Order: sequence, then structure tokens, then C-alpha cells
Amino acid sequence: MKKYATVGKREVNVDGFKKVLGTAKYIEDIYLPNMLHGKLFRSKLPHAKILKIDIEKAKRLPGVKAVVTADDAPKKRFYWLLSDQTVFAQEKVRYIGQPVAAVAATDLNIAEEAISLIEVEYEELPAVFSAKEAMQPGAPIIHEELKSYKTMVDGVIRYENVCTHIKIEQGDIEDGFKQADHIFENEFETQAAYVGYLEPHGVLANYEPDGKITVWANTQTPFATRWELADIFEIPMSKIRVIAPCIGGGFGGKTYMYLEPYGVLLSKISGKPVRIILDREEDIIDGRYRHPCNMKVKTGVKKDGAITARQFNLIYDAGAFACEGPGITRYGAVYCPGPYRTPNLKVDSYCVYTNKVPFSAYRGYGVPQSVFAGESQLDIIAKELGIDPLELRLKNAVKEGDLQPVLEHKMEGVAYMDTLNLVRKASNWGEKLAKNQGRGLASMIYTCGGFSSSATVKVNEDGSVILLTGATDIGQGSNTVLSQIVAEELGIELKNVFIVSADTETTPFDVGTFGDTCTHDAGNAVRLAAKDAKNQLLEHVSEMLEANVEDLIVEDGRIYVKGSPDKAKSIAEISLERHYFEGGPVVGRGTFLEKAPPQFRLVQGNTFPPSFSPSTFASQVAEVEVDPRTGKVSILNFYGAHDCGQPINIMNVEGQIEGAAAQGIGYALTEEIYFDKGKILNSDLLNYKMPTSVDIPNIVPMVPENYYPGGPFGAKGVGEPGLIPAAPAIANAIFDAVGVRITSLPITPEKILKALKAKNKEEG
Amino acid sequence: MKEIIKLIINDEPYEVAVEPHRTLLEVLRETIDLTGTKKGCDLGSCGACTVLVDGKPILSCLTLALDAQGKKITTIEGVAKDGELDPLQRSFMEHGAIQCGFCTPGMILTSKAFLETNPHPTEEEVRKSISGNLCRCTGYKKIVEAILTTSQR
Repeated sequence: MKKYATVGKREVNVDGFKKVLGTAKYIEDIYLPNMLHGKLFRSKLPHAKILKIDIEKAKRLPGVKAVVTADDAPKKRFYWLLSDQTVFAQEKVRYIGQPVAAVAATDLNIAEEAISLIEVEYEELPAVFSAKEAMQPGAPIIHEELKSYKTMVDGVIRYENVCTHIKIEQGDIEDGFKQADHIFENEFETQAAYVGYLEPHGVLANYEPDGKITVWANTQTPFATRWELADIFEIPMSKIRVIAPCIGGGFGGKTYMYLEPYGVLLSKISGKPVRIILDREEDIIDGRYRHPCNMKVKTGVKKDGAITARQFNLIYDAGAFACEGPGITRYGAVYCPGPYRTPNLKVDSYCVYTNKVPFSAYRGYGVPQSVFAGESQLDIIAKELGIDPLELRLKNAVKEGDLQPVLEHKMEGVAYMDTLNLVRKASNWGEKLAKNQGRGLASMIYTCGGFSSSATVKVNEDGSVILLTGATDIGQGSNTVLSQIVAEELGIELKNVFIVSADTETTPFDVGTFGDTCTHDAGNAVRLAAKDAKNQLLEHVSEMLEANVEDLIVEDGRIYVKGSPDKAKSIAEISLERHYFEGGPVVGRGTFLEKAPPQFRLVQGNTFPPSFSPSTFASQVAEVEVDPRTGKVSILNFYGAHDCGQPINIMNVEGQIEGAAAQGIGYALTEEIYFDKGKILNSDLLNYKMPTSVDIPNIVPMVPENYYPGGPFGAKGVGEPGLIPAAPAIANAIFDAVGVRITSLPITPEKILKALKAKNKEEG
Repeated sequence: MKEIIKLIINDEPYEVAVEPHRTLLEVLRETIDLTGTKKGCDLGSCGACTVLVDGKPILSCLTLALDAQGKKITTIEGVAKDGELDPLQRSFMEHGAIQCGFCTPGMILTSKAFLETNPHPTEEEVRKSISGNLCRCTGYKKIVEAILTTSQR
């Protein structure tokens, strides 16, 4: 185990001070003089032609400075994965809550009143609310021009209401089932789940008279947002600046451009800065969160539990627009077989339009759904065969050097089996529990990289450093982790690294914080920048000290000759000399986009993410108690072992596992957005039940010792996996406790009581 | 029609003109520019807007500014004294109890008031005391640890 100065330590969050003092600035804390308040007018129908929009009364209200509709806005369709969106609804609305107009006024109350004065005449169209119905012939077509929409990822199969169909075939599925001693077929269902960050969406846009646009927004992807704004408004990217301030949680729900075009448009027309902050109800009605999914799984096994074939049919309900749906459909398909050798595999994964709020990215990106199905079924199989569920997984487990089960590249730094052994030990797996108590296990494989990032490291005259990175801290602590990587590489104290992040004008490009990629991709970029700066210092000092670069040691802010620690120069001395006397200031550059290895399976002719990404693994065990009279499930203990390579900040890694597991527990037991013909019934935090401090047990996070050679100091990622195995682990624990198998989420007391009743009836 | 009201916030007097229907949360954030208190739901369901009024935690989104007159209001900005962090603030930082930080002001005020009434709580009591403050990032574990550690010091 290598010894590091800061990597692997429990370093305090570099933004911690301002967050405990209340001085951290989030979007709603930022204002400009003469700022106006913006509000969106939204459709009340799920599917309708827009016949007439009357904004005259709204315009005349004193205090209103701009009222805009599709007529004033860019018409271009956008969204990187599938360009099916427009700024405002054009010609027709496709979901309740879709923006049709927007208002900017001197006061928020006036803006709200103006919204109520806008009148729209519609012609209602037949609507469809379930993905299965939307796939039937004769279903109302939601996007008539689907085939004409641009996509960034070629080869997408799309037709009628199916905006993406991913097909994966490996081996010979028919032969695989023939080889099986037993075949299992099960169906599962999961719900729409809200992201639930505590800070709603917001934007502040300032369109200046000379055409320069500055946008502050709590977006996870400032650069993608800038790109999209430039494209639809048809202005050069250099005229648009997007800054992400402190963000109050993202988890995927704040991915991509969202409110920014409305802010920009209202600011352009009113001539003043405009701020739009969604209230909680709006954030739920028009939020972006987890796709509901229907899953059919068929698995063939030998009598000793070896998997011979798996077949998945996944139907993701996209809502009215694709958003991250095409990516989610792909990830759900690629990671559903789990961390097991799967010789024969067939997956059909669909993303289907319905007239509901568009669903999009949320921690796990399609995989919590498909893994709920895959991992629940593995336990069904274990029970039937009389094999311990943990042993069944060990039997089929992938190990170091194996090929990734679907993408078929050789895997390095694999510690999956270690995660199983850690939870086995921690949970006293196999030991008897009390009546109505049970233990359940689930595992997963995921990815943690594959996108591009770049960074600059400036060494100040006093040897302290400024790190510029496009990577966005959404609360997960990347500012701290990236600073640690630079401090470690340069051999200086963490407190002497100051980070500037997520500003498209001053920080170098980073694709955005999503997909668990930040530590690996941005981490490698900042490490390369620090290395470059270090090399410049080394080159310079090797002359001063009359030594070869290879004979120099960098440590504690000094560079000295190996074996002669007194023959040294401090980084400060070297930097000062470079600034004023010779060589020029030391500025380190790093850019990173991993090259895909030669053997790398393409899914439908392309890869997503664009580049190769390392594999991460996890196993979780839930210990539950079920009250058979009320159906209530209490989680007694929860264990999560996560292979993330070398943790850069162990406190942050624990925090990610604990926080994600809590979200997974909510997803498993209490969270659901209820729809009635496209209308959301529970658009508030009282009726959308997220776990509180009394609902979550002491989660035990564990990390096996591992080192991934391609990651910065051996690190992989850990942000998303914490959520992925939670629901099946809990479903499996419930079965272990009271013998009922619930195949739909959330596992409510009603479902348990119903199942218990049926079970008792059956058993006479 | 605006009324002039006097509020005492973090031991400082403020005289502001507000409409009678404005909540304490709105006035703190928009009239007095103390933006440390957060608006998470504006409906009393998340706890992010928690401030102390006469030492008791209340939801400022459900409190009229007018009704807070004549009372001692403490916001997150008033917790650190003379540039020194409160032990709770220090504990939150050291335990990694802060991720996005949006729930942090409310959590700190709720737990500060709680520890005044119950200086040596059990873990269960701590969990119950903050059950009105939602956190979506941390899973609560490190927040509970931070509060327990502070109580043990």
C-alpha cells in the first residue's frame, strides 16, 4: 500500500468553510442590479395543438418588462443525444408542464400574476401515458418527425414512438438456453423517481447591449450548455460565458441546458438581467428524473448455478422528449447482465415516448432499473436451486483480466469478489436472524469514465498553485479531490492549492459532471497538468542544481538531489526565478480523453461514452425487519462494499456510498411520482417521500484495497454505484424475511400485505 | 402597502419596509441580503429555511416577517462568533457532514438548538431531532456523527 501525503486521507472539503458559514453562493443567492424575475407559462394539457396564444393582457400589467413565446425564440431543435426539443412548444404541446411562454417582471409576484393572464387556445389530441401502449400499432404518435431529428450518436434505431432501440447479441442465445438445466422467466416494474436535490433549478442570464451573454446556472454541464446556447441562438461560443456557482445537489437531474435559453431570451428582449428560480412544485412537474421501466428477464442456468444464457427486454418510458433517454437505454442494456460471465446474451432495450414529463439522467442512468430485475431474479434462481445467493454470485463472478461481460475489453483493477467477501464478513452472512428479519444481497458492474477533460496549473511566485478545471462540483466534492491530486503530484500542501472551476471563459473544457466520470477523467487531466508544471520546475532546477532530472526528488514544496537533501531549491524560489529572471511563469497543461483499446465492442456501430471507460464493482447487503401486520419495512443494517480503485479522499468516498445508498433505500421503499393521465399528483416534498434521518440506518461503507493503473493515483469512481444494488438487495432481504417476492418498486406496505395475504391463502 | 418593521437578527437591529404577507425567509434573503438561509420548498416540508427565534428552531418560510418582530432571530450568519467557528460548524467540516451544503445552515441551527436542550443525547435522539431537515446528499450518517461528537466534547 503506497504512502501518500494527501491521497487516501480524510481531507476536509475545501468548500466546507463557506458552506458552514452560510456564505457559499448558490444561484438564488446571486443577483445583479436592476435584475428582473422570470417565470414560465406551462401547458395544462398532455397532448394538444396550439391554436392561439394571447399575451396582450400579460404585457400590459405594470412591472412586466418582457413576455415571450415560440415566435420570439430560436426555432432550432436541440439536445445532444437526440435533437427533439425546442425552447418553447412549437405547434403542439406534448406534456402537462411544458413551457409555452415566459415572462420577466420587476417582482416575482407580478411575474406570477402575468402568467395567470396569458391565454392559450388548444385543440386536444389523443394522448398516450404508458410505454407499452405507446408501442402498440395505432397509438397516438408524439413526434411525427422523429426520423428527421439529428443525433450525435449514429446508428440509432428509431420508429413511431420508439426513440431508441438498443440491441445487443452475444454468443448464441438459443443454444445458451438449450444448455441450461433450468430456465427462469420473470417480469419487473419500476417507478418514476424524482431526483430530490434540495436546491431547485435556477438561472441568471445577462444579455449585454454589445451581445456578450453571461449565464450563471446550477448546471452540471456548463460547457455543453454553452455549446447548445451558441448553436440555437447562432452566436459564437466565445460570446457566451456559462458559470456554475455552488450547486445544491445534482445527481444527474441538473444535466445539460435547461432554463438557460429562457433567461437569455428574456434578458435579450427586456435589456436587463433576468433570474428564474423554479419553485419546488415546478421542479417536480417539469423536472428531469428517473425513467419508469418494465423489464422481462429470462435466464438459463446449469444445476450448479453457472449462467448459460440471459435475455433482457427493457422498456424505458421516455416521457415526451428523449433527453438522456438514448444513453440510459444503452447503459441499462450494457450493465444489466451484472458482473458475471455471460456466454450468451440478448438484450432489447427500448426508450418510448409518452405524454408525460420527459425523464432523464439520475444517478445510475438506467442501471438501477435493469439491475433491480437482474439481481432480484438471481435470488429467485438461488432459492430454487438451493444455493446460497452469495455463492451463486461468486460462482459466476468476473475477475482480474476477464473481459467486460458486454463490451468485451480486458478489465484491469477488478476487485468484484473482494466486495462480496467484505459484505459477507461485515453482515455476518449466513447467521440466523430473528423472525420476520432477513438479509439480501445484490451486486453490480458500472463504468467511471470515457469523457474528455482539461486543466491548467499555474504556479504562483510563492510556490502556491492555482488549479483551473472545467469540472463542475455539484456537491460531491470534486473541488477537494482534484486539489488533492494536484497537491500530491506537485509535492505541496493541500492548503496551497486554490481551485477555480466550472467557468467556460476561464477554466479549460470539461464535458460535465455525470456518469461517475469526474475523478477518473478530470482527475487524470489535472494530474497531467500538475505533472507538466512539475516537469517545467524540474527542468529549470536541474540546471540550478547541476543534476539530472531523474536524480531529483519533489517533496514538501522542495526539489532536492537524491541522496543530497541539502542540495535543494524550494518550488517558490524556482517559480520566482521563472517569473522574473528566466524561462517565464510555470503554467502546466493537461488534456485527457482515453483512447479506446483495440478490442472494444461497439454497440450498434458506436460507443457511448465516446471513449473507453474502466469498470467499477459493488456489492450491498441489506438487513431488514418486516412487520407482518402493517407491511412496514425497517432497514436494520446496510452494508455497501465498493471497488473504486484507490480512494483519493476516503471521507468523500464514504459520503458517496452512504448518500447514494440512502437514495436507493428511498427508491426501494417509499419514493414514487404518481401520474393520472399525465398529471403529476404529488408535486411536493410532503407527498413525495424521501427518507429522513429516522428512516436510514447506519450505513456501513467499505472499500476493498485496489489500484487501477489507468486512474489518477489508481482511482476509479464511486458516485453512482451506491444507489444501483440497493433496491434488489432490499427486495431480496424482504424475501428472506417473510417469503414474499415483490417485483415492482417501490415496495410499499400495501404490496407486502397483499403478497403475504396471497401467500398465507396458498399455504392454507 | 409596505409597513416598517424592526427585526433583531444575529444581535443586530434592522429596520425594513415589507408587505404584511412577506415571510421571514423572503425578508432575510431578499431585503436584508442574508442569503445563508435557504429556500428548498417554501412549504415547510424540507427544513432548509430553519432559523432560531428566541433560541427555538422555526421554519422561516411559514413565519410572517411581521410576527418575528421583537424576537431574537439567529441565522447561520450569526453562529460563528468573532471569526471563530462554533464547535458544531467545526465538527460538520471535520466529519465530512457537508456535501452540497444546501441543508447545512438549517441542520446546524436545528442541532445547535437541540444540543442546548439535550447536551448529551443518544444517537436515536439526535436522529429524531433532525428528522425535519431533509438531506439528499449524505444519507445523514456523517451529520449524526458530527452532532454526537460535538455533544461529547
